[in-house]
Amino acid sequence: MPETVFVNAINEALHEEMQRDESVFIMGEDIKRSIYGATMGLLEEFGEKRVLDTPLSENAFFGAAVGAAAVGMRPIVETLTSFMWVAMDQLVSQAAKMRYMFGGQVNLPVVYRATMYYGGGSAAHHSDRSYPMFMNMPGLKIVAPSNPADMKGLMKTAVRDNDVVIMFEDGTLFGSRGEVPANEDLPNGELLIPFGVANTLREGTDVTVVAIAGSVPHAMAAAEELEADGISVEVIDPRTLVPLDKATILASVEKTGRLVIADPAHKVCSAASEIASIVAEEGFWSLQAPIVKVASEQVHIPYSPVLEKLVYPTKEKIAAAVKRTLE
Amino acid sequence: MAIDKDLLMLMLRRMWTIRHFEETVIDIYAKGEFGGAAHPYIGEEAVAVGACVAMQDTDYIAGNHRSHGHPLAKGGDPKRAMAELLGRVDGYCKGKGGSMHLADFSIGILGESGILGSSLPVATGAALASKIKGEDFISAVFFGDGASNQGACHESMNLASVWKLPIIFICENNQYAVTTSYRDTVAVEHVSDRASAYNMPGVLVDGQDVVAMYEAVSVAIERARAGDGPSLVEGLTYRYEEHSLGLGRIRRGEYRPEEEVEMWRQRDPIVIHEKRLVEQGVASQEECDAVKDEVRKEIDEALEFARNSPFPEPEALFDDMFADPIPQP
Repeated sequence: MPETVFVNAINEALHEEMQRDESVFIMGEDIKRSIYGATMGLLEEFGEKRVLDTPLSENAFFGAAVGAAAVGMRPIVETLTSFMWVAMDQLVSQAAKMRYMFGGQVNLPVVYRATMYYGGGSAAHHSDRSYPMFMNMPGLKIVAPSNPADMKGLMKTAVRDNDVVIMFEDGTLFGSRGEVPANEDLPNGELLIPFGVANTLREGTDVTVVAIAGSVPHAMAAAEELEADGISVEVIDPRTLVPLDKATILASVEKTGRLVIADPAHKVCSAASEIASIVAEEGFWSLQAPIVKVASEQVHIPYSPVLEKLVYPTKEKIAAAVKRTLE
Repeated sequence: MAIDKDLLMLMLRRMWTIRHFEETVIDIYAKGEFGGAAHPYIGEEAVAVGACVAMQDTDYIAGNHRSHGHPLAKGGDPKRAMAELLGRVDGYCKGKGGSMHLADFSIGILGESGILGSSLPVATGAALASKIKGEDFISAVFFGDGASNQGACHESMNLASVWKLPIIFICENNQYAVTTSYRDTVAVEHVSDRASAYNMPGVLVDGQDVVAMYEAVSVAIERARAGDGPSLVEGLTYRYEEHSLGLGRIRRGEYRPEEEVEMWRQRDPIVIHEKRLVEQGVASQEECDAVKDEVRKEIDEALEFARNSPFPEPEALFDDMFADPIPQP
């Protein structure tokens, strides 16, 4: 299978979906020149009408996506998580609420592509991993892929979904490589991954590690290391946080009796918190040890690399957490 | 601009529809038939009606919290609007939206918004879709003097102008954001003066004159359809009632004098229009009275319809969250 770089998987998905459906268009800041790489070649292939550079007016163009979707388009918006704050009114008051509030009169097939740049000295204003805040808001579907194949397959599904989807693209993974099946090798000729289906990346019997987005490679590395110590770790990537495949997680915990959750978001009311609460509510009798959350510390992202690296989940923290559940 | 009699009478009919609808709303709110907020449009009817009768069903509007006038002006069904206010299944939103969220996508009503300034980006997006698709429809958005200070307003106007989108920004300047005069919050003399900053035409219109509103908006629509971009039309108007039903704490004397309210009541949009119709020999007083009576009956029927419509079943709670549904967590 060919290897693809994560950011190129986004690019492939965008090209394919824009080729497939003329109602798909994309807008964002500096996307014509693709300064982040994901929109490379779109302008050349699809032209200025479907590839729009916006003013620095997130509230306006996040909302314009909603209005365009309401009248039959399928907009994709490129942004960074850190710029979502200035568009919160449109995301919350319009994108998330409009369909329900209007009694289902309208479908809103919008994809917000929100890249999470963190871990590279960008400090507090440019390092947000904000998906838990949006999980708390009904009406949004939340996707957080961890490898190029999932990125491509979930992005294509997101574009075809008839609801508002926020793709949280983990910037720490942008340069990572992974196998992405070529279209001609796929039975349907294309890669589509359904929402709400977790991916069990590694099977194990002692401890379940649920890892999210950029935490997945750390969890996999920890699992490998622990195997040498005779500890068998199952690693599950939920892939979509809304909807969440709780059945796969609960079944795994039933098997292992132990759960660690690795989440790059801040730990209070994180995705890890939600998964922990589901397992506590619905899988309590399977548990043989307390659940351990390995999430980002509840502090702003400091600039100095010496401090910043203390914040996020790492292989070492995950491995230590796994061992704690076995004490 | 020569306007035929049918259209002039339609303006009268729609203004009466709003007036009677709102009077009924005030009455049944006082009787406790529904709760929450409701923001009467009485006094401002000419703004929405003049604008909406200049549009086609395929054109889109979006509105704000003062939310009953816009859909009714665009031909919305008073029965379904009233049923929505009473939280019933036959309401426009099956009882999920209430007073501030009337919408009828089948006739281009993208919906009202309880957050001020929030529907400007949405309407801008509808206009963007028109441009990308190469279609003929336009969109329009109603917002108040208060919302004109929102960042979303400035961002939307700039975006619409740089992209030359077919949208009409219609400021219904009723002069007060709840109790705060626009003279204390808007840095220019008129909201329409701001148009120059966005390189679009800005016109100030007598918002009590439905024909003047119709003419100004028609010019803007023509410009939009021709691909020449957005316009800002400001209708200077006045609300007779307080900001919202259910806000008994606001005492009128504290922010606007009785004489001012009375002065604006003397410039009633329905009276102005009716007088002109009769004086110019377009319609007799009897014809005008007949419209008023017909509409009164229609609104009484709407209330009857709404009262007889059932409340939603508990099972409906989760309906319509998603087009492609997902399990409840």
